[in-house]
Amino acid sequence: MRLSGRNVRCVRGGREVFSGIDFETSSGEALAVTGPNGSGKTSLLRLVAGLLPIADGAIELEGGDPELTLPEQAHYLGHRDALKSALSVMENLAFWVDFLGGKVFDAKMSLAAVGLDHAGELPAAFLSAGQRRRLSMARLLTVRRPIWLLDEPTSALDADGQTMFASLMREHLARGGLIVAATHTPLGLEARELRIEGAS
Amino acid sequence: MRALAALITRDIKIALRVGGGALIGVLFFLTVVVLMPFALGPDLALLARLGPAILWLGALLASLLTLDRLFMADHEDGSLDLIVMGRTPLELACAAKALAHWLAAGVPLIVATPVLGLLLNLDAASTSAVALTLLAGTPALTFTGMIGAALAVTLHRGGLLLAVLVLPLSIPVLIFGVAASQAAISGPLSFGTPFSILCALSLVSFVIGPFAAAASLRQGLD
Repeated sequence: MRLSGRNVRCVRGGREVFSGIDFETSSGEALAVTGPNGSGKTSLLRLVAGLLPIADGAIELEGGDPELTLPEQAHYLGHRDALKSALSVMENLAFWVDFLGGKVFDAKMSLAAVGLDHAGELPAAFLSAGQRRRLSMARLLTVRRPIWLLDEPTSALDADGQTMFASLMREHLARGGLIVAATHTPLGLEARELRIEGAS
Repeated sequence: MRALAALITRDIKIALRVGGGALIGVLFFLTVVVLMPFALGPDLALLARLGPAILWLGALLASLLTLDRLFMADHEDGSLDLIVMGRTPLELACAAKALAHWLAAGVPLIVATPVLGLLLNLDAASTSAVALTLLAGTPALTFTGMIGAALAVTLHRGGLLLAVLVLPLSIPVLIFGVAASQAAISGPLSFGTPFSILCALSLVSFVIGPFAAAASLRQGLD
C-alpha cells in the first residue's frame, strides 16, 4: 500500500495555505508532517481524509481495498475528540465501533491498552484532556483501518502515555499500517519528515 | 444498517439524558399552549376554534427550538468529520439523525397533545384529530428543518439563521396541518384532502431533506 501526493495545493477561505507539496509513504512507514503554526499541517491531513477539497494536484492510494475510498480506509484523530459527554466511556467507544464497522477487535482490550479499563462506566464528561485522547486512541485500536491520520496525537498525554502511544504506532506499522502524523514533538519512532513552510 | 441503528440509538440516548434536548421541546410546547388561554381570555368557543392552530404553532416552534443542535453538536466535538469519512452514505446518516431527532423531540409533542387539548376546550375527537395531523406533519418539519440545520453548521452562530431559513419551508405544512384539523372538527371540507397533502409533504421531505442536508454538509466542510 502506498499513499502519495503530487503537487498538492490547499486553499481555505480564498487564501492559499500551501502549494506544491509532494509526499510519499508506504506500508510500515510513518510520515511526520512538521512546520510552524498555521503552516497547514492540519489542512494537509484533512485533505488526505477527504474533509477539505483539493485545490490542485492529487492524493492517491495504491494497493488499498478497491471497493473503498481513501477516507473510508483511514482513521482521523483530530484536535477534537469526537466524544459525547453524556455517554459513558464504553458507550462512546461502542458507538464508533458500530458506526465505523469493518474489522473489529475487542473494545475492552483496547481500553486496557490505552489505560482506561478502570473507567469504562464513567461518563466521558469526567475525563481529563489526556484521558479523552486515550479514549480516541482506543477507537483506532478497536476498528482496524490501515491508514492513521494523526493530528498532534501526543498533545495532552503524559510521558507514560506518549511511550504507550509510540508503541501502539509501532505495532500498527508492523501490521503493515501507514501513519501520517502532524506533530511538533518527536513521535518516538522512526519517520520520514515532510516539512511545510506555508505560503508566505 | 448496524451503523444507522447505532447512530439513532446514540442520538436518542443523548437527547434523553441530562442536558439533552428532548424535554426542552415539550416544556416549551407546554408553556406556549398554557399561556394562550390567559392571553385570549375565558371565551371557550374562541379557544376551541383557535385550538388546532395554537397546538400546531406550538409544535412547530418547539420542534425548531432544538433543531439547530442537530448537526452543530456533532460539528463542535469533531464527530461530524468521522461521520462524513465513514462508510455509511452521508445521506443515510442524515436521515438517521433526523429520524432520531423526531423520535426524541417530535413524538413527545404528539403524546403531550391530548393533555394540552384539555386546556384549549377541545373534545376528545378534536384532540385526536390534531394529534393525528401532528403525527403526519411533524416528520416534514424535522426533515425540512434538517436542511437549515446543515446550512447553519457552516456559519457560526447559525441558530437565528435556521429559523429564517426553515420557517418559509414549514408554512405549507402548517397550512395543511391546521386545515386538516379544522376539517375534522368543524368541516365543511373533507378531512381526507388536506390530510393527504400533509402526508405527501412529509414523504417529499423524506426524499429531499437528507440529500439537501448531505450536500450542504459536504459543501460546508472546512
